Amino acid sequence: MTDIVALQSEILAAVAGAADEAALEALRVAALGKKGSVSALLATMGSLSPDERKVQGPKFNGLKDAVTEAIAARKAALADMALDARLASEKLDVTLPALPQNSGTVHPISQVLEEVVAIFADLGFGVAEGPDVEFDDYNFTKLNIPPDHPARQMQDTFYVAPQADGSSHVLRTHTSPVQVRTMLNTKPPIRIISPGRTYRVDSDATHSPMFHQVEALVVDEAIHLGHLKWTVEQFCKAFFEIDQIELRARPSFFPFTEPSLEWDMRCDRSVPGKITFGSGNDWLELGGSGMVHRKVLENCGIDSSKYQGFAFGFGLDRMAMLKYGMPDIRSFFESDLRWLKHYGFAALDIPTLDGGLSQ
Amino acid sequence: MKFTLSWLKEHLDTDADAKTIGARLTAIGLEVESITDPGAVLKDFIVGEVITAEKHPNADKLRLCSVSDGKGTLQIVCGAPNARAGIKVVLARPGTTIPASGDVLKLGTIRGVESRGMMCSARELLLGEDHDGIIELKPGAKVGEPAVAALVDAGLLANDPLFDVSITPNRGDAASVYGIARDLAASGLGTLKTDKVQPVAGKFPSPKKITLDFTPQNKDACPIFAGRLIRGVKNGPAPKWVQDKFKSVGMKSISALVDATNLISQDRGRPLHVFDADKLSGNLHARMAKDHEQVLALDEKTYVLDGETIVIADDSFARGIAGIMGGMDSGSFEDTKNVFIESAWFDPARIARAGRKQAIISDARYRFERGVDPQFVLPGLELCTQYILEWCGGEASDVVIAGALPPPHKPILFDSALVESFGGIRVARERVIGILQDLGFVVEDHGTLHVVPPSWRHDMDGPADLVEEVVRIHGLADVPSVALTRLSAVAMPVLSKAQRRSRTARRALATRGFNEAVTFSFIARDQARLFGGGDEARQLSNPIASDLDALRPSLLPSLLAAAARNAARGFANLQLFEIGAAFDSGMPEAQKTVAAAIRTGNPERHWQKGDETSGLFAVKADLLGSLEAITGGPMSAPITQGAPGWYHPGRSGTIAMGPKVIAQFGELHPKVLAVFDLKSPAAGFEIFLDAIPDTKGKAKPLFAPSPYQAIERDFAFVVDANVAAGDIVKAVKLADRNLIETVTVFDLYEGKGVPQGQKSVAVAVRIQPKDATLTDAEIEGLAQKIVAAALKLGATLRG
Repeated sequence: MTDIVALQSEILAAVAGAADEAALEALRVAALGKKGSVSALLATMGSLSPDERKVQGPKFNGLKDAVTEAIAARKAALADMALDARLASEKLDVTLPALPQNSGTVHPISQVLEEVVAIFADLGFGVAEGPDVEFDDYNFTKLNIPPDHPARQMQDTFYVAPQADGSSHVLRTHTSPVQVRTMLNTKPPIRIISPGRTYRVDSDATHSPMFHQVEALVVDEAIHLGHLKWTVEQFCKAFFEIDQIELRARPSFFPFTEPSLEWDMRCDRSVPGKITFGSGNDWLELGGSGMVHRKVLENCGIDSSKYQGFAFGFGLDRMAMLKYGMPDIRSFFESDLRWLKHYGFAALDIPTLDGGLSQ
Repeated sequence: MKFTLSWLKEHLDTDADAKTIGARLTAIGLEVESITDPGAVLKDFIVGEVITAEKHPNADKLRLCSVSDGKGTLQIVCGAPNARAGIKVVLARPGTTIPASGDVLKLGTIRGVESRGMMCSARELLLGEDHDGIIELKPGAKVGEPAVAALVDAGLLANDPLFDVSITPNRGDAASVYGIARDLAASGLGTLKTDKVQPVAGKFPSPKKITLDFTPQNKDACPIFAGRLIRGVKNGPAPKWVQDKFKSVGMKSISALVDATNLISQDRGRPLHVFDADKLSGNLHARMAKDHEQVLALDEKTYVLDGETIVIADDSFARGIAGIMGGMDSGSFEDTKNVFIESAWFDPARIARAGRKQAIISDARYRFERGVDPQFVLPGLELCTQYILEWCGGEASDVVIAGALPPPHKPILFDSALVESFGGIRVARERVIGILQDLGFVVEDHGTLHVVPPSWRHDMDGPADLVEEVVRIHGLADVPSVALTRLSAVAMPVLSKAQRRSRTARRALATRGFNEAVTFSFIARDQARLFGGGDEARQLSNPIASDLDALRPSLLPSLLAAAARNAARGFANLQLFEIGAAFDSGMPEAQKTVAAAIRTGNPERHWQKGDETSGLFAVKADLLGSLEAITGGPMSAPITQGAPGWYHPGRSGTIAMGPKVIAQFGELHPKVLAVFDLKSPAAGFEIFLDAIPDTKGKAKPLFAPSPYQAIERDFAFVVDANVAAGDIVKAVKLADRNLIETVTVFDLYEGKGVPQGQKSVAVAVRIQPKDATLTDAEIEGLAQKIVAAALKLGATLRG
């Protein structure tokens, strides 16, 4: 029946040309509505013979399906066109600046302390802390530094004004009083580090009246100098993240250790303003150490005939300066925003042993 | 301690060079600060030979020379009158730094003639004052070779490296050239020259007597005091070799009499004092000072002493602070004719105490408080006598002595196995004994060793000290490293809750755009007062600066001061934080750990309008965000209006749990900002990390979401303007704790349509049914309960 073919091509052509959804809807009503042209054709089915129906039925249904499908397709196409047009009108200049968000930073001291803690935690060292204002007894006397010992001149001490109860205290000159507190309060075996702020009446290009130390203390039954050497070596290797560092221990003196030794690291300072580790003819002082003095153990209630131990202490600021090439300790505490942003660490740059201490 | 290689070699027979000696000194605990080689700055100069010297074509006083440098000849213009053919000279070529001027020599053109080098005078090389002509080296000097050897040969340069060694406080025995030589010899680097000091026979009895006038409890202050008179001396400059020696180590030569004692002090570690005997009345006495007794010392200052200070007195007055500094009135000067030499031994602790109290720094104190060798009291006196007789003439009396040498040190019982179990290195028993004997210890082997330290060591107090002696001489570098045993296969966590809190607060604040600062724990007292501090108990007795004299009561003043410094540099907008101690008093442990932060400045100009950056709600968001990070959940503690006086009274709040203040926040008081000279607005907060209650590691309840749809209803209330929004939220929430999940203020309005003095607060209420979907009637009932709850605060539904 040529009617069906003609009708179909006529309707499909109109659908394809429909300009918007309203026109399409009108076409749908005109074709598939109750009084539509396709519906009218379908209505003639009833008057056909069963044989004719068998032949014409599928053709009629084919027409209806084709029209329905074409309308749906055109509808989708029109929707896409409309969306495209809207999106085109919504264009923004992506080069305009977004609302500013300040980049926060973590101070190098905090970062380096986390690095140090990560290393020592792996070696089984806890982290002990104590107050900045200390008893003279803990800062000096228990550490085998009696009041008139010349060693007191090694550390220029800040004194706090006398208190209401007549007592008088100091700003700790090292974090060793934390070791004292630990030994007084725990039974060996002891493995701790004690990081924190320390104070000395000293201020010049290489000294700040406030600085930071980290000390380590191990007390057990058979600890000797060889363990001290190993621990310092392992720590330095892990901290500086250099395989070929070369350390030197030399005999020294501290009232609280016997034997006492100081640690230097080989470096090259032949290029002004630059320091390279692992080679060169210079030595850089890292810090002091030694076997805990028998009197210190006894002063802190530890049986020195049974236990022996070692301790060492390094300047945290110095470690940070060396590792990250910061030239002046005083700038650590000046809070110059430019410095904080330049040397500070990203908020989520968290040092770990698995991910690496520094990135 | 400074000394030259040649001075050291007066006591040490060794072939070792300066570098080897330096390395050994450091290795045995005498740390070398520097070795200065006087020839080092001259290493680029070479020996040249003047081949021809003619008059400069354009200048009468200049000469045009051709100078051989061993490879070729250089044309050099020279003004020296002695520049002539055939002489050997010190030649500087372009690129060489001239010591006197510090300038690098360049190719030059002098009066139209090119000059390709310079022949140097002694003054130009800092080898003397001579500038009348250039240096003429000996004819044998090798042309083209470095000039240093030739300069030494010509007697112009002492090829004598200068050592600067830092002596630790325990090693008084090493505070002398002899003591250093002794330690080096014990370490195997050469042999100590041990010539005995020969006594000088007295020609007459000493007219001055010595007494030790101590009470029994002070008897050990000065166990021995020896002396003698020398009459008829003539003071003047010390011999040239003494002056040269002093010059080589930077010591000042004063006069023969004074130099004699200073030489023995530096060379042998034995301080002495020489009195002008004519200025002493009667005899000499060592005694404790009387309280308030005064001495005019050689530094021309008057010291007021106390009963703990030892003095040397005559029959009338204290004439010197014993072991520290002599007196001005009885000192030796140019006109001194008769002298009395004092050689004594003083208790190191008393010298240290007196020296510290009087704040006198002197070579004598340095040595006495570290302990000098009592066995050298008499040899030191004899040596001084020899020097004075030799340099100043005169006649010596008999020696007078009061007291006696202190007894030798007590033996230390020493098990040589301790070297391994404590020192970590196996050293054969014979070697242990050998090392100790080389160091002067007397060792008796009774199975356990009985070790008596030598008289010059005062730092030996137990077996650990002996282990140190053995290890430092045997070689610390050889101690093998031994691993600590691992406590658990996988390392256990080590941080305390407080430590984790600080860490989390730090990372949370940095994530929110804050830059971490670390500032001093002390601030200016005036600033401390603004933050509830500045009282006497939190003052430092000896601040480093008058504006760093108070322990800080809060971290905010430190941050505000930092903000002001940054603003002065053109950075007014900033976010700063610090985590550290604030102090409640000057007692240990009266400190709390605080995380404090500030925002300062105005919003950056931006094409999209931004929010206020330094206002109350900016820091409130920072605070709550940080607290949530720290505690691991939303903050449930209530927020109340108002905070301490350094905050804006109407724009500040406090978060507390019962009496415990967890945090306070707000805009800062304008008066505070004015004190810090901050021109732009600032707001901040303080989190008291120790006050945050522990969130015990409770397991979370099972996840059980309600299957029923949540519904949201809005309510707008009109209420007195003074009623806090938080109170309305709280009241609404309590209308049905079971069903109401959240109550959120989403609008606030005052003005037209709302009566004067009142405000409209709109809240969104999220209702979460738990057991069944709510019917309309149930929802209506809940709404009425909400309205009723609000009404109790005087809030009515807005019409």
